[in-house]
Amino acid sequence: MSHYSFFNLAKKALGGHKNWAPAWRRATPQKHYDVVIIGGGGHGLATAYYLATKYGVGNVAVLEKGWVGGGNTGRNTQVVRSNYFYPESAAFYDHSLKLYESLSRELNFNLMLSQRGHLSLAHSEHEMEIMRRNVNAISLNGIDARELSPAEIKKRVPLINLNARYPVLGGFVQPRGGIARHDAVAWGLARGAYNAGVDIIENCALTGFDISGGRVTGVQTSKGAISAGSVGVAVAGHSSEVARMADLKLPITSMSLQAMVTEPIKPVLDTAVISPTIHMYVSQSDRGEIVLGGGADVYNSYAQRGGMRTIEDNVAALLELFPRFSRLKLMRQWAGVVDISPDTSPILGKTPIDNLYINCGWGTGGFKAIPAGGDTMAYTIAHKTVHPLINAFDLQRFERGALIDESAASGVAH
Amino acid sequence: MLQITCPWCGPRNETEFSFGGESHIIRPVRPESISDRDWSDYQFLRENPKGTHYERWQHRFGCRQWINVARDTLSHEIYSVYPMGDPKPVFDRKEALL
Ligand SMILES: Cc1cc2nc3c(=O)[nH]c(=O)nc-3n(C[C@H](O)[C@H](O)[C@H](O)COP(=O)(O)OP(=O)(O)OC[C@H]3O[C@@H](n4cnc5c(N)ncnc54)[C@H](O)[C@@H]3O)c2cc1C
Ligand SMILES: [Zn+2]
Repeated sequence: MSHYSFFNLAKKALGGHKNWAPAWRRATPQKHYDVVIIGGGGHGLATAYYLATKYGVGNVAVLEKGWVGGGNTGRNTQVVRSNYFYPESAAFYDHSLKLYESLSRELNFNLMLSQRGHLSLAHSEHEMEIMRRNVNAISLNGIDARELSPAEIKKRVPLINLNARYPVLGGFVQPRGGIARHDAVAWGLARGAYNAGVDIIENCALTGFDISGGRVTGVQTSKGAISAGSVGVAVAGHSSEVARMADLKLPITSMSLQAMVTEPIKPVLDTAVISPTIHMYVSQSDRGEIVLGGGADVYNSYAQRGGMRTIEDNVAALLELFPRFSRLKLMRQWAGVVDISPDTSPILGKTPIDNLYINCGWGTGGFKAIPAGGDTMAYTIAHKTVHPLINAFDLQRFERGALIDESAASGVAH
Repeated sequence: MLQITCPWCGPRNETEFSFGGESHIIRPVRPESISDRDWSDYQFLRENPKGTHYERWQHRFGCRQWINVARDTLSHEIYSVYPMGDPKPVFDRKEALL
């Protein structure tokens, strides 16, 4: 591999940048792996990366139906934050943010983490009360959060219209929140995993599991059968379809979540802004595009597109808060298939089938969770013991009635 | 944008409807006498197919009736709109996906 450094950049520039080694090489599947991970999104790649680098399991493959990062990991709006309400979520998501804070250096790959702050708005007295309760809970969980007055918000975000149809009465910021480059996360982790000996096999779809005596022993794929000590599944919107191959039914609904960008403009917005009430969030990318999104399209869907109704809703909400953006043209719109769980919290850990592990239920907000999702799943697979940070996020919690209802607690995910 | 043909009002825009999730889920008659497992299965487990999905919609900004819709979750094509209480119309899933 080529180390990425200023020195190497200058050196390779002299050779016309022709001799960079590929970030990872195409692998053909071997007959057996200690661990096979299904899904080459952030969570699958991070699991493989941490298995190989932190937990000493080197004989690992990642099977990806399409291409690395072609799923939701390459389609999201890049928001990272850890300002969750429940202690279980706060501990998990802050672990993730802390890992992100040092991951660029560790991976020798610039993830372009930009901790520009994450600002949530409140538009009514009731929301102000709930928001203060949230800020208190978040602070008690040891996470940075601070209430802002409308004047402070205006100072921070000069383009905002405080007297919108739903006037802005206040807000709170998580200063450590912000955005990170989504493709870089996929590519950096793939490169890191590959360098640690992981086989990354693209264009390889899982088609079935080999299960005997309640234990998974291997997988069937479009590139043939592979035997495996353990199998980890991280396929986001396709979780129900993959689980069905193992005769498991999940509490997951797949829906289209859209995002869109405007034409690029000079820097005008240097923080991430979200309004749970009008269900819209916005930030400006390093390329200058205004990136916006909102809620998922309201019905089950595996189509990576999404409909006009949501586009209109998102744009109308944006223009209410930022009237000046009405002059901008939308350049692109796209969607990913998100895996929504009943309590909008992830499902992580063991399944009723031995040696088969699952990572799903991220819905609209699993990008920020990639480092922690990978770390805790890798630990769980390597030790065959559930990582303490994800104990509460097991599949069985629905049976116990122990839901972690973040959507009810904080309004929206992302 | 979907166009759903309400049996009472005719073809209408998706924006007039609200989505009610998977249909044909039967509430256990005596919840207190079933296991936590069965109750949670009833409450939370969903088919969530890539293909034909049998789902409920309410014509919320129209006649306010609930209806059943058989719709493909990949192409979004609507195969059938049928009354609540009727059995699932059967489609060959493979054929539907073509
Ligand atoms: C528009 C949009 C905006 C979002 N915004 C944010 C945000 O701002 N912040 C945030 O934290 N989260 C956000 N999210 C959510 C976040 O993107 C996802 O939760 C996260 O990327 C999930 O990662 P993953 O690795 O589980 O899934 P993915 O990246 O989707 O990876 C799953 C992979 O599995 C593969 N796969 C599927 N079936 C098979 C099979 N049979 N065999 C082999 N491989 C298979 C797929 O091809 C895919 O590459 C957003 C999502 C979308 C769509
Ligand atoms: Zn009607």
